[in-house]
Amino acid sequence: MIITKKKDFGDILEYLKGREKVFLFGCNSCAEQCRTGGEREVEEMKRLLGEEGKEVTGSSVVDETCYNMLIKREFKRKEAAASSDAILVLACGAGVRTVAENTDDGTPVLPALDTLFLATVERYGRFFEGCSLCGECVLGETAGVCPHTYCPKGLLNGPCGGMDGGRCEVDLENGCAWIDIYRRLKAQGRLHVLKRISPPKDHSKDLTRPRKVVLDRGVRGGA
Amino acid sequence: MKALKSKLDSKEFAVTAEICPPRGTDTSVFMDKARLLKGAVDAANVTDNQRAVMRLSSLACSLLLMREGIDPVFQMTCRDRNRLAIQSDIMGAFVLGIRNILALTGDHVSFGDHREAKAVFDIDSVQMVDVISKLNGGTNMKGTPLNGRTDLFIGAVVAPEADPWEPEMIKFEKKIEAGARFFQTQAFYDMHTFRGFFEYAAQFDVKILGGILLLKSAKMAHFLNKNVPGVNVPQHLIDELESSENQLETGIRIAARQLKELKTFCHGAHIMAIGQEESVVKIIEEAQ
Repeated sequence: MIITKKKDFGDILEYLKGREKVFLFGCNSCAEQCRTGGEREVEEMKRLLGEEGKEVTGSSVVDETCYNMLIKREFKRKEAAASSDAILVLACGAGVRTVAENTDDGTPVLPALDTLFLATVERYGRFFEGCSLCGECVLGETAGVCPHTYCPKGLLNGPCGGMDGGRCEVDLENGCAWIDIYRRLKAQGRLHVLKRISPPKDHSKDLTRPRKVVLDRGVRGGA
Repeated sequence: MKALKSKLDSKEFAVTAEICPPRGTDTSVFMDKARLLKGAVDAANVTDNQRAVMRLSSLACSLLLMREGIDPVFQMTCRDRNRLAIQSDIMGAFVLGIRNILALTGDHVSFGDHREAKAVFDIDSVQMVDVISKLNGGTNMKGTPLNGRTDLFIGAVVAPEADPWEPEMIKFEKKIEAGARFFQTQAFYDMHTFRGFFEYAAQFDVKILGGILLLKSAKMAHFLNKNVPGVNVPQHLIDELESSENQLETGIRIAARQLKELKTFCHGAHIMAIGQEESVVKIIEEAQ
């Protein structure tokens, strides 16, 4: 799941300076679960904007705001979406981007949220980062603990001098990722994996932006 | 003064000390401190934005030391440069005449004075040692031949009192495999544990410089115990500091005692006095 948090309302008002008619998009997927962009939050935003004298021309809470077809359909259904002074999106960055793709260049599409990370849902309302989306998964060599995600320095060859009794000095609440990796590899009888020098990460796999994947027709299936 | 490498190669006890570049371009105090160290130490180790606090470049200060007739150990962390900058700066150091380099991970930016900075860590310390070995071997890290190689004495760090020890040991051995030839250790105060580490390390063809951190006061000892991973000041030393009239003098005496003992079995010592370069000289004199 993609984790988001609400931007400061003052910052949102700053975005909307001089824009009186605002259309809202929410997202019934990740942002709903984060309590940042579901029906509840869109209604709350309507009220807050109303109190500031803004006219909310309409709203759509889409099942997945990052899904182009769904957004396109909303623009067809709701004329107000295209005729407002601004569109405020209560969804992750990909949702904002998808909405922006479907508007003319003259209409500002603004984010109401900050997008944080891809999470494991520990339980409802408790999220922690699960993956850094680095494009080259090393979990096979690191016993299921990602050093890119759990080590603040993203080290690949073991703990640094900041390891403190198995904790990480950057935040002592957190265990050192490499001690976790070491313990698991040891328990699996695979310490030899840790003893190998890991080469530098190939950043051409995650830093050549923007990334895209297009499935072959045969793989895609369907119509 | 012999250069660090030839001193260690000839099995003589070598002493290095840490020196911290200034925050700004006025190098007069830095040079005064360097002159104090000249003649007392075999090499001075120039920190690289230590504790993630921005200072004058380690490379520039290493060159200033060299001009003054001091053999510098150029510290380079993985925090502030990507692999292109690391390689070009290492070669840059070499053409300027620097011969010793110390590869470090580097403290996280969250400890420093530029907490909003992007921490780079494009490569880690093991990989940096490997990169320097490749530059020494005449290629860049991609294996492309260089027009002129480096010939650097490669150092790295190890924490003999790391807890747990085994993962630190594995990393230490990886640094050796990657080409590290000398090690500066984290500060330690338990000579028995350190001797154990030294005996274990003797199986490898590397030189060990035992880390001595000057205890300026009992307060500092408490701070180290609380805040610095891998450093444990035992209670009897804290008592010794607390019960003394002049805690700095006592700290110097403790450090001199450590140095004296290291001289009986170790390859060398690395003294960290954090701004107290005049104390470094006293420690060395007291340990004569």
